[in-house]
Amino acid sequence: MNVLIPSPLRSYTGERSSVEATGATLAALLDDLDSRYPGIRFRMIDEQDGIRQHVRIFINGEQVRALDMPLRASDEIIILQALTGG
Amino acid sequence: MKSFMPLKIEPPKPAIGLVGLLVATRKGAFIFKSDKARRLWKIAGPMFFGHIVHHMVLDPRDKRTLLATARTGHLGPTLFRSTDFGRSWKEASKPPAFPKAPEGQKGRVVDHVFWLTPGHASEPGAWYAGTSPQGLFRSEDAGDTWAPVAGFNEHPMYTEWTGGEQAGTPDGPKMHSILIDPRNSRHLYIAMSGGGVFESVDKGANWKPLNSGVAADFLPIPDPQYGHDPHCVRLHPLAPDILYQQNHCGIYRLERPGTRWERIGMNMPKKIGDIGFPLALHPRDPATLWVFPMDGTQVWPRTSPGGKPAAYLTRNAGKTWVRLDKGLPRSQGWFTVKRQAMTADAHDPVGLYFGTTSGEIWASKNEGSNWSCIASHLPEIYAVEATELAR
Repeated sequence: MNVLIPSPLRSYTGERSSVEATGATLAALLDDLDSRYPGIRFRMIDEQDGIRQHVRIFINGEQVRALDMPLRASDEIIILQALTGG
Repeated sequence: MKSFMPLKIEPPKPAIGLVGLLVATRKGAFIFKSDKARRLWKIAGPMFFGHIVHHMVLDPRDKRTLLATARTGHLGPTLFRSTDFGRSWKEASKPPAFPKAPEGQKGRVVDHVFWLTPGHASEPGAWYAGTSPQGLFRSEDAGDTWAPVAGFNEHPMYTEWTGGEQAGTPDGPKMHSILIDPRNSRHLYIAMSGGGVFESVDKGANWKPLNSGVAADFLPIPDPQYGHDPHCVRLHPLAPDILYQQNHCGIYRLERPGTRWERIGMNMPKKIGDIGFPLALHPRDPATLWVFPMDGTQVWPRTSPGGKPAAYLTRNAGKTWVRLDKGLPRSQGWFTVKRQAMTADAHDPVGLYFGTTSGEIWASKNEGSNWSCIASHLPEIYAVEATELAR
């Protein structure tokens, strides 16, 4: 799957804005992403598996709030940093 | 208890090398390096530009390893390590994090890592970290992976001691001032805003409050066991039975094995008071320390009283205090100096340094007798740590 990475997290992806990752659920995809780019998951997801307050994840344009969301190989994942703070 | 035994350590000779200042700010970290006279300073940085860095600390055991805590306004907390004094950095592979809560229960989440303390000299590679909300964590591998200290974080009294999520400083409750008895690696102190000071004699497995005699004017109980707001607690490495505390409600001294703090801040000038954040110790004289008072009246501006910043010095463990303001603004100087932002080097005379929330670093080469501004226009400064650089 194609995953779009926001600029604050591109230090983990070698400054790439788009990377590949796989997983049957969003949780599995994030685990795969973390195995490829160590440390990236914890900056987005807290230790209670909550999506951090200022991080937004969209699947095919729909915002998701739970990590157990099932994924298909054709899905497009967009990770964004929320526009907060003025 | 073995900890309360005389320490048979000769006072170290004064440092003569170059001084390094590890400066943590709201927008990144900087390293200042002095010349031999401590007059000219070179600045490296910003490192982790845009990150909120609460603390950067050198490992005194190898004098090379630096740890720095970091988060951004939008991303989660992490921690970076350098083994070449800041030339290159690597992120911790497992930063401090609370355990995952059982299904259906609310678990705690580390908002930021606030405090770092290198472990005991006999435990190379060991470090402690304090977080917001209050949590104690330990690393055995020089800061690469971190584990919760369950003896505190899961203590049955944790919620009562810490007061829950609402009890703490305006930018989040914090654990800080993690102190290790140089005679005994199992003997620890911690401090929390809020919560108070706590002691462990079994390497963190069990804890007891140590707050007797400390005021908590914001609580309805006259002498509570816990719930206090220590801002900064220091243990003198040459006299580890002597603790000093700058609290939300005064300046205190405790001599162990005693358990009742004495309010030495009562000897401060009444118009200045004894409220402040930082407290710095003389490296060779346990009776000498410096504080930087702030305005704790009415709505707590937390700035220099009257807009006239000054450090205060005692050379007799708080019996008398001397104002040190030569070189500092005479008026309209509304400094706030945070709890990790004042430090002393090991030279003779001792060099003192403090950073302000308005991004200035002030230095004194003569124990506070004269001050000069060595940097301005930095981001808001959270911490300044002085280190001796290899010659």
